Amino acid sequence: MTQPALPGPPALADGLFRLDAEDLTLLGGRSASSGLSHFPRQPVCPYTGADDVEAVDLPRTGRLWGWTAVTAAPPGYSGPIPYGLGVVELDDGLRVVGRITVAEVHDLDRLGVGAPMRVVADVVPGDDGRPRTVWAFAPVTTTTDAAVDVAAAAPGDAS
Amino acid sequence: MTAVAVAGIGLFPFGRHDGITAHAMGAAALRGAMAEAGVGRGDFQAAFCATAYGGVASGHRVLGALGLTGTPIVDVEAGCASGGAALSLAAGAIRAGQYDTVLVVGIEKMGRGMIRSSFFEPWMEQAGLSAGPAYFALRAQRLMREQGVTKDDLAALVVKNRAAGVHNPDAMYRKPITTGEVLASRVVCEPLHLFMLCAPNEGAAAVVLRRADRCDPGTPRLAAAALRSHLPGSVLDESTPLAGIDDHAITPPTTLAAHDAFEEAGVGPDDLDVVECQDTDAGRELLVWSELGLCPPGGQGAVLAAGEFGVGGRLPVNPSGGLLSKGEPLGASALGQVVEVVRQLRGEAGARQCDGARVGLAHTIGRGANASVIIVVRPPPPVPS
Repeated sequence: MTQPALPGPPALADGLFRLDAEDLTLLGGRSASSGLSHFPRQPVCPYTGADDVEAVDLPRTGRLWGWTAVTAAPPGYSGPIPYGLGVVELDDGLRVVGRITVAEVHDLDRLGVGAPMRVVADVVPGDDGRPRTVWAFAPVTTTTDAAVDVAAAAPGDAS
Repeated sequence: MTAVAVAGIGLFPFGRHDGITAHAMGAAALRGAMAEAGVGRGDFQAAFCATAYGGVASGHRVLGALGLTGTPIVDVEAGCASGGAALSLAAGAIRAGQYDTVLVVGIEKMGRGMIRSSFFEPWMEQAGLSAGPAYFALRAQRLMREQGVTKDDLAALVVKNRAAGVHNPDAMYRKPITTGEVLASRVVCEPLHLFMLCAPNEGAAAVVLRRADRCDPGTPRLAAAALRSHLPGSVLDESTPLAGIDDHAITPPTTLAAHDAFEEAGVGPDDLDVVECQDTDAGRELLVWSELGLCPPGGQGAVLAAGEFGVGGRLPVNPSGGLLSKGEPLGASALGQVVEVVRQLRGEAGARQCDGARVGLAHTIGRGANASVIIVVRPPPPVPS
């Protein structure tokens, strides 16, 4: 799938990510006492209730933790069908839900658990039918994209 | 503490009922339960109505249709566990001595297809992140990855429940199905095929709870009615968060509720004679088995192969046919399970009867997350003096 040129259309919702010329960056929070990050950013640590959350940019790369293809439009959704939906375990261990951008969404074998993934921008129709940007995850492919090099160098198997 | 009895049950069978409101179905189910219990106007002190989609003052509309308003009437919403939550509140009030007799009714009338839930922000719907079956599928995939469940096991689970539903006159689907037919139905979200998912539908169920000392000695006792929500952190639990952490040390809500219920009732998984549990999809029931402690994680395939949890097996699970046979009207489903358990304990379940059943468990898990675990027991016969 061809990713839209950034910054692209306006964000689907505020406070979830930052768009700039090169990247979509997920905006998370991290509690100093629990050492755990979360998404979207909350005023307190959602796991412990600790009131010591600092704003963090979440890692842009991770490993696929699971995904499936949605074959019928859920209520309120008017984007393309089918589409991928799954969970990526980012390099800091946080498991984030998002759209999975793959060309052939029926073939799960083509993209297995543990595959290197990166955060990208995707576009869906907003409530007024006009394009809006939302985060998604794409498989890291053999391109010269800088994000790929980072992913290839990431140690460990998140599966 | 005051013992609580299930004095009466009533059901408006789950299915499609064009032209009948959820509230009218609730009134019919409630009349049945009250008639069984011998409870009429002036004989109860409160009513709880479980519904997720029924709208404002649903309980008032149900009781109003029967000319029974005047007591406190409170609607209870806890997703798929709404009925369990209502039952828990009613039982607690009787145990505390606040009331002697409480009516509990669950109602729902749901559209066809994927459930729309106000639980999701509009932007999440627009992003495609509100697709419930996708999360069911991710959970099923994880079960396959971590507990050795196979796709054939998922199909076999459907076969088990549909085989039981054949013998339940109140089920929506009463034809048996084969593994091949399940796997031939279209893929909704890999690995889940259409026939592995329950159908949202319509119906009502009602229960009259009463102080046990006001009932006949043989009346089934409500031994536990536990309700729990999720502990935070698991990305795939029914709270449907956008992110989560390593969750191997996070106890799921079903296990939390089961622990509370087993402790309250003074029984354990080995004491159970019959179980009704949440089978929103085939993977959900298989996961529930391990979460309730009915079988060890990874043991599901062997249990299925041996037929241990089928009707006539060691521990029949979903002898009613489950939601896969009955469909799922959210607010009514948990009380529908209690209706089945009570029928089993009374020996009124016909061809799907679990012989000699004395201890039954009803379980739901869903949006919230909310999990309820209810245990009903048949009192032992009086000891001759």
